Amino acid sequence: MTLQLVLVVAAALFCVGLYGALSQQVVVMVMMGLELMLNGLVLAAAAIWLFLAPRPTGEVLLLVVLAVMTLEMAMGFAVAVLVHRRRGSDMTDMAGDLAG
Amino acid sequence: MPPSLPARARGSAVIVVFLLLAAVSVVTGALVFVVDSMARATYALACSFVAVALALLTFGLTYLGVITILMMVMEMAIMAVFMIMFMGMNPALMPMDMVHGKRAALAVSVALFALLVVGIVVAPWPGAAGSASTASDIAALGHTLMGSKMLVMMSVSPIMFATIVGGVVLASGRTRYDRFGDDLDHPAQDPTPGGVGR
Repeated sequence: MTLQLVLVVAAALFCVGLYGALSQQVVVMVMMGLELMLNGLVLAAAAIWLFLAPRPTGEVLLLVVLAVMTLEMAMGFAVAVLVHRRRGSDMTDMAGDLAG
Repeated sequence: MPPSLPARARGSAVIVVFLLLAAVSVVTGALVFVVDSMARATYALACSFVAVALALLTFGLTYLGVITILMMVMEMAIMAVFMIMFMGMNPALMPMDMVHGKRAALAVSVALFALLVVGIVVAPWPGAAGSASTASDIAALGHTLMGSKMLVMMSVSPIMFATIVGGVVLASGRTRYDRFGDDLDHPAQDPTPGGVGR
């Protein structure tokens, strides 16, 4: 097995997640897309760490990525709850005025 | 010459298992946006995460694999609760297809995947800089976290605390400003007074 094979799988996961993040209307589904993109990132980072520089410092980066995934979800749900409470909807199209 | 997997995780069995897990992770990842209900989408995403975590385990990354499984299973369980809360219906039975810009999103994703694959194949990857440690992986990680990388983990903790505070402030139904307005010294006009003996 080579590094390229693992990276291609990670790229596939990332792009599937990107499709979801761009196309979905429900906030929770958008967050699922983002999580899937980070899933691919974790696999790619683990492979690069293992194949190229197998030292513990690389694992620290992966732990930080996992923590960021959790924080992203926590803040995303908090914003989703706020939007749902104020506007009665969890659709991104209903919150278009928040852009910019 | 592209780098190959370290000796401890080399062999045809590992390759077969990885390919199987890779297929499961990508297919279940795609199913997230295909299935008819949010609950099923959550389960599919959890399967994708677990497949990637098992792939990490086949590489010998025990700590990362186990922690990914534990974190993601719990995260998906919480996500399922939010979905049921938002959707307000039986999330296993209600079909859904709430998308916008489907073709554009598909085109961008496929184009990016093609670009990434070309980059991955063409890039001159360097050889391995050192060999993977074996039985002392977790111990070495522990020493790193408590040693040279302690500042990184210490930086994560206040950010997590800020997330908790920010999450509560954003998600709470009524804050002190909703009760008092700008004049925080003014007595609150609550519909039902609180406290002992109300």
